[in-house]
Amino acid sequence: MELKTVSKMFCGCKNDPFGAEKPNIYTCPVCLGLPGALPVPNKKAVEWCVKLGLALNCRIPLFSKFDRKNYFYPDLPKGYQISQYDQPFAIGGWLEINSPQYIRKKIGITRVHLEEDTGKLLHAQVEGKKVTLIDFNRSGIPLVEIVTEPDVRSSEEARLFLKKLYQLIRFLDIADADMEKGSMRLEPNVSVMLKNSSKLPPYKVEIKNINSFSFAKKAIDFEVKRHTDILEQGKIPVQETRGWDEKKSQTVSQRSKEEAQDYRYFPEPDIPPIRWTESQISGFKSQIPELPDMKIKRFMEEYGLSGYDANILTDKKETADYFEKAVKASPKISKAIANWIINKKADITKISLVELIKLIQEKSQVAALPAGDLENIIDKVIRDNPKPVADFRAGKDTAIMFLVGAVMRLTKGQADASAARKILEGKLK
Amino acid sequence: MLTDKSIKQLSAGLEKKEFSSRELLRECLANIKKYDPLINSIITLVDENEVMEKANVFDREKDKLSVISGLPFVLKDAYVTKGIRTTSASKVLKNYQPQYDATVYKKLVENKAILLGKTNMDAWGHGGSSENTDFNPVHNPWDTARVAGGSSGGAAAAVSSRMAVFAIGEDTGGSIRNPAAWCNISGLKVTYGRVSRYGSIAYASSFDTVGPMAKSAEDLAYILELIAGRDPYDATSSPQVVKKYSQFLEKSINGLRIGLPLELFSKSLDKEIKETILKATKIFTELGAEIVEVKMPIFDYGLAAYYLIAPSETSSNLARYDGIRYGESRENFTPETIRRIMVGTYALSAGYYDAYYRKAQQARTLFIKEYNNILSRCDVILMPVNPTPPTKIGELINDPLQNLLADLFTVTQNPVGVPSLAIPCGFTKSNLPIGMQIIGKMFTEEKLLNIGYKFQQLTDWHIKKPPILNNDK
Repeated sequence: MELKTVSKMFCGCKNDPFGAEKPNIYTCPVCLGLPGALPVPNKKAVEWCVKLGLALNCRIPLFSKFDRKNYFYPDLPKGYQISQYDQPFAIGGWLEINSPQYIRKKIGITRVHLEEDTGKLLHAQVEGKKVTLIDFNRSGIPLVEIVTEPDVRSSEEARLFLKKLYQLIRFLDIADADMEKGSMRLEPNVSVMLKNSSKLPPYKVEIKNINSFSFAKKAIDFEVKRHTDILEQGKIPVQETRGWDEKKSQTVSQRSKEEAQDYRYFPEPDIPPIRWTESQISGFKSQIPELPDMKIKRFMEEYGLSGYDANILTDKKETADYFEKAVKASPKISKAIANWIINKKADITKISLVELIKLIQEKSQVAALPAGDLENIIDKVIRDNPKPVADFRAGKDTAIMFLVGAVMRLTKGQADASAARKILEGKLK
Repeated sequence: MLTDKSIKQLSAGLEKKEFSSRELLRECLANIKKYDPLINSIITLVDENEVMEKANVFDREKDKLSVISGLPFVLKDAYVTKGIRTTSASKVLKNYQPQYDATVYKKLVENKAILLGKTNMDAWGHGGSSENTDFNPVHNPWDTARVAGGSSGGAAAAVSSRMAVFAIGEDTGGSIRNPAAWCNISGLKVTYGRVSRYGSIAYASSFDTVGPMAKSAEDLAYILELIAGRDPYDATSSPQVVKKYSQFLEKSINGLRIGLPLELFSKSLDKEIKETILKATKIFTELGAEIVEVKMPIFDYGLAAYYLIAPSETSSNLARYDGIRYGESRENFTPETIRRIMVGTYALSAGYYDAYYRKAQQARTLFIKEYNNILSRCDVILMPVNPTPPTKIGELINDPLQNLLADLFTVTQNPVGVPSLAIPCGFTKSNLPIGMQIIGKMFTEEKLLNIGYKFQQLTDWHIKKPPILNNDK
C-alpha cells in the first residue's frame, strides 16, 4: 500500500504518480538511481508505518533497519529495492474481523514493513516499433507491506479482512488505498487443507497484484477449486506465483518455485539503523486516532445506537465525524440524525450540518416523550439489566451509558438522553 | 614554482597580488601538458578556456570566500560533476555526463576553488595501484616505470607533480593513503561520516570516505574544514560539529602517547620501510611524545573480513550499471571488478551468507572493539601504509592475490571507521617515497593533522619533489 506522504520515501520528489501530467517529471538522482546518489529516509513515512503497526496491535521493536533486496528488473533503477528483511518496524499483531458466521475472529499480523515502490513499465508502440517505456514518477514512493499469519479460512474471510484493513488505513489517514489506481495491491497466498487438520499443507500459491476486494475473493475461490481438484487426484499443487486474469476470470501461472530468486538481502549500508525509545513509541501510540472498533463501541454506548447502525455510521471516518458534529449541535435528535444518514441516505458531502438538523426538525416535529412514559421505560431498563445496574452501583460510572443506550433503544431515540441519564442516576443512588 | 607553496602561502600571495590565480592555473596547465603524457593522471580535463575564464573572474572580482578561493584542484573521477564526463575509470561509464554535482565538489566550487580535471584511478575503486583502469595505468612521478598506488593514484600523482594544488580522493581500504605514500604527498582518510558521500560513485558504501590529498598536513586541515559536515543528502553523514582544523596545528604534542604495533612490523613488511618508520618515531620523541608498544592480535583477519564485505556491497552497488541506462554493457567490467562482483554475490547468496557475509560483519565488530581497546590506552596508532615500495607497472595487476595483500595495513581502519593520516617519512635507497599512517579515535582529525603538522615542521620529506620535476627547473 502506497503511503500518501508529500514526498517520496528516500528523496524530496513529489509523491503524486497519479496526478502527474507527464511521465518522469517527479524524479531526481535518488529515485532514478543515478551514480553516487544516496537515500535519506522520509521521517513521516517511517512514523506512519509504525502507527499502522500499533493500530494493528503489533509490537514495535526498539531496533529496526532497512535492507537491500537485490534483483534485476528494468523498473528498478538501482538493481535493488530498499526494503526491510529480518527486522521490520512492526511484528506480531492482529486485526479482528466479524467472520461470515458473525463470530469475531482475530487474524494474526506477521509483520508490517516499509519499502520503496518501483517505476512503471509501459508497453507501447513508438513509430511503429514495439517498445517498453519507463515512468519513474512512481519510483521511490513509500510502500507499506502487511503480511498476515495463515489464519484466513475462506475467501469471504479474506474479503472481510481486507475491508477492515482498508477502513483502518483510511481512519489513520495515511494512504488513499485506491485499488483501481494500484495504490493498494493485494496478494493472497492460498493453500487448501483437510477440514479439522491442524497442519498447513506443504505448498502455497501466491496470487500477485490484485486490485479489488471482489477480484481477490474470486481469485481465491478459483484457486481453492483448482487445488481441491488436484488434491483429490492425490497430487499436490505446484508451489508457484500466479496472476489474476480479469477477462477470463481465472488465475494464470507466472513463476514456479524452481525459478524463485535469491534476493541476497543484506543491511542497507547507506541508511543507519533506526533505534526507538519507549517514550517515542508511546508518543506514536497517543497520536493514533479513535479506530473503527472503538468508535462503534462508543457510538452504541453514548448515542444508544444498535450495533448495526453504529457499524454503518463508522464505516467511513467522514460519516462518523459528520454524525458526531450533528449530534453535538443537536443532542436531542441523535437517533433521528442517525436514521437520516443511514436510511434516508442524506448526502453528507452536499448537505451541511445546519441544513440537515433543520430538515429533520421540520419533518419529524419531535414530540417529546411524556415524562411518565419515560419513567416507566427507565424502570423496565433497570429491571432487565441487573449486571450494568450492579456495575454502576459498584462505582463503574461508564455502566450508566449502557443503560442510557437501552432507554434510547426502547424509546426509538425519542427520549432526551441527558434527561434519561438524570432520572437513571436518581433512581440508582 | 608557485605550486610548491602551501595553500596558506598561495592564499596570502593572491591576496597581496604577488601573483594571480591566472598565473597559478597557467603553471598547472603547463605541468599537465608537460608531465601528464608520462604519468597519465588525468582522464578528463576541463575545457582550458573555461578554466582560465574562472581564474580571470576571480582575479578581477577578488571574490575571496576562503583560503582555497582561486586555487586549482583535481577530483578523483569517482565524483559526479554536472556536465563534466565522469567515468569511475571504467568503460561502463566511458561517456557518462552526470546531471548533478557531488556535495564535496559543490562545496569546493562554492568556495571558488577551480576544477582542472578528473583523475585516473582503479575502476570503481577496485585496486591499490591504479592499473585496474580502462584509461591506462597511472605512472609514479618518482619512477615512471612504477605504479602510483591506488585507487586514488591519479589524484596523488597529479599533486605530486604539481599539476594542481590539491586533490579530493576517496578511501575505502587505503585508496587515499596508499597512493599518497607512494607519491610522497599527504592524504587523509577521514572518520566515516565526516564528509558527505553524496555524489561519490559507491564502491563499498559502509567503508567509503571522501578526503583531501595535498602536499602537507597543514594543507589538508584547510581543505577539510571546508568540505566536512552534515549533508541532508547523506543519511550517514555525521551531525558532529566541524572543527577548525587549521587552528589545532600548532598545539604541542608533548605527552602524546603513540601506539606502535611492533609485531606487525615484522610481517611481510619491507625492511627499508620498517627502518624508516622506526627512525621517524624518534622525531615524535623529540617532540615530547611517548612511544608505547601495542598489540593487535586479530590484525591478520583484516584482509579476509574486508574482502568479503567490500565485494558484497560492491556487487549490489554496481547492479545499476545494467547495460540499459548507461549505454555500455556489463561485459565492459574489468576482470578484477568482475572478480569482486562474483565474490560479493557469492558471499551474499542463500546458504553462504552466514558463513561469509555475517562472519565478516562479526569480525568487523571485533575490529571495532580492538581499535577502541588500543585507542583507550594510547592517543594514536602509528603504522606503515604500504608493505612495499611502489611496484613495477604490471606486477600487481597480473597477480590478484598480491594485489589484495598490498592493502594489508590499510583495510582494517575503514570497517572500524577511524580516521588515518598518511604522510611522507623518508625514501628508499633507490629514492622511492615511503609513507606512514597515524590512526586516531573517531572524529579526531584535528589531532592527526596537528601531529602531522608538527612532524612536517621538523622534517622535509614532504617538500621533496619527484625527479621528473627536478630535471627541468
